[in-house]
Amino acid sequence: MSMLLEVSGVSVTFDGFRAINNLSFQIGDAEMRAIIGPNGAGKTTFMDIVTGKTQPDEGHVLWGPKSVSLLKMSESQIAREGVGRKFQRPTVFEDQSVFDNLLMALKNPRGAFGVLFYRLGDKDRERVRLLAEEIGLQDELSRKSGELSHGQKQWLEIGMLLAQDPKLLLIDEPAAGMSPAEREHTTEILRRAAKTRAVVVVEHDMEFVRRLDCRVTVLHEGAVLAEGSLDHVTSNQDVIDVYLGR
Amino acid sequence: MRPFIIRHPSVGVFLALLALFTIFVTVMSEAYGLGFVSTSFVKTLGKTLCLGLVAISMDLVWGYCGILSLGHFAFFGLGGYMIGMWLMYARTKLIVVASLANAELPATEQEVVDAIGNQIFGVVGSSDFPLIWIFADSFVLQMALVVLVPGLLALIFGWLAFRSRVTGVYLSILTQAMTLALSVYLFQNDSGLRGNNGLSGLQNLPGADAIAQSHISIWFFWASAAMLGLCYMAAAWIVSGKFGSVIRAIRDDETRVRFLGYSVEGYKLFIFVVTAIIAGIAGALYYPQAGIINPAEIAPIASIYLAVWVAIGGRGRLYGAVIGAAFVSIVSTYFTGGQAPDINLGFYTIQWVDWWLVALGLAFVLVTLFAPKGIGGLIDLFEGRRSPDRHGADLGPDAGSLREAEAEK
Ligand SMILES: Nc1ncnc2c1ncn2[C@@H]1O[C@H](COP(=O)(O)OP(=O)(O)OP(=O)(O)O)[C@@H](O)[C@H]1O
Ligand SMILES: [Mg+2]
Repeated sequence: MSMLLEVSGVSVTFDGFRAINNLSFQIGDAEMRAIIGPNGAGKTTFMDIVTGKTQPDEGHVLWGPKSVSLLKMSESQIAREGVGRKFQRPTVFEDQSVFDNLLMALKNPRGAFGVLFYRLGDKDRERVRLLAEEIGLQDELSRKSGELSHGQKQWLEIGMLLAQDPKLLLIDEPAAGMSPAEREHTTEILRRAAKTRAVVVVEHDMEFVRRLDCRVTVLHEGAVLAEGSLDHVTSNQDVIDVYLGR
Repeated sequence: MRPFIIRHPSVGVFLALLALFTIFVTVMSEAYGLGFVSTSFVKTLGKTLCLGLVAISMDLVWGYCGILSLGHFAFFGLGGYMIGMWLMYARTKLIVVASLANAELPATEQEVVDAIGNQIFGVVGSSDFPLIWIFADSFVLQMALVVLVPGLLALIFGWLAFRSRVTGVYLSILTQAMTLALSVYLFQNDSGLRGNNGLSGLQNLPGADAIAQSHISIWFFWASAAMLGLCYMAAAWIVSGKFGSVIRAIRDDETRVRFLGYSVEGYKLFIFVVTAIIAGIAGALYYPQAGIINPAEIAPIASIYLAVWVAIGGRGRLYGAVIGAAFVSIVSTYFTGGQAPDINLGFYTIQWVDWWLVALGLAFVLVTLFAPKGIGGLIDLFEGRRSPDRHGADLGPDAGSLREAEAEK
């Protein structure tokens, strides 16, 4: 299977503290992967590296069939390459309507002049409406997103991610602050997304991970501790010691 | 789709009020009407419109894009200097040619230029034209510089600053440094722009000696009103669409915008340059009405005032910026011009000339703390369109969209 993203031998040090330690990670074109691990394991930092927010001290991050390096690109270039990201804390533009948030994320030319002369047509209106339906916000389109509940904001952010139509979705703790029913819906959205693209989900909630039903990577102290099916990793003694046994 | 003005009624209202105001002043003017409004007051009103225009540019860059530039008055001043160079050169040339016409031998081209140089630079003990005056003989080229000089300075400065991701307070300080450097440079006699004398006599249009100032003042008033209306529409168009959505998003969380794939630096640079150009045009209309420009106009404090006007008027809405600039500048003129009566407290007499700045500073602090929407916020009250009053943290998913403070009620 050809790899979409290949991270190899990456290390990051913050003021002498090794947050990521010789980490290697691969994911293929239409694959779902869950990343679990204790607090401070480096899960968010891993996403920071892939999306260009943090520069690693060493290692490679290669992308796509041509294996181009992501390390030389800016955050916005990486996003345009097709890496979408949802943050741990939902960050939507609270002062703007749900519609405007989705429209901004919708895959379209990103240059200043293209955007300046952009005209909203029926096609994009329809695309936004379909996305809103998928995330259950079709009745909230004209509301300011700051008025949404925490769970709705999480969804809006997932919707914005889908709107970007990325090849790889990096999703940090999507289920935090969601009710059980909302979690179920989120699982459904993610599984549907993973049919056509790669999805990496960081989550603490084991029940949620189990429902995703995918390969699991366990991070600990900035390195991969174990990888495999959920049952496989949860029966691993190291994993039980550092994570599950607490 | 419905026309732009219908979708954005505030633009229509603004333009209508501006037109009414222009007609009213014209009817009241000495040149074309009843003569109730003096020529000098027409000039004051025309200048106020230009200040409204530069306030729009400040609102675009700060209120909408979140870049607190404390240097936009430098661009304003540069626009003024650029038009001033042409005005001074062309008028001096007419005078020189007229006086040389009486000589026995016809004057050569070089003699004319030398004589103009003598006239203009005599005050700084020089007579040679510095290189920066190279286009001053051509109206068209010098007018192009009104746009190009502020635009290019903003482009270079912005490119360096935004590329290194300088933001927030640091960026504000940098823009102040740029402004300070520019004004210190212009204060020097060998800056080529007559040092602290500045450029003067700008109220006299070359070849229009026979036309009274009462007429010229109204023409500039019209030009200022037209440019304000035009730029207001352009600015409203820029901020109303997806572009406006992106720059407001940059203001609120630029990191997040990057992860959506937008090149934040490019957008900031675009808005910085466009607003510098608008500021330059505003300055080019302002200084012929003021009659004189000197480096003190570009002093860093002027750019800070600009931010104060926009804050008091209400940033993030274009009419707020115009209201703020007009209101504060006119009230300032009243209090600092010595017209305001002193307040006698018995033990101390408040003289407004001394205390006005304190009062303005206080007003700024109060507005920032208690009425962040500024004067423009009053219009919301009037319209009854208030954004929901939400306090406290999220309660979490189960309490729906209620927040702490709402649920407690
Ligand atoms: N910018 C930074 N500067 C200094 N230390 C940092 C920085 N970013 C992360 N760290 C440290 O790196 C370690 C890994 O952090 P990271 O946020 O990646 O953990 P995580 O696995 O996402 O944890 P959580 O489950 O709590 O979200 C932590 O110890 C954190 O304190
Ligand atoms: Mg994290």
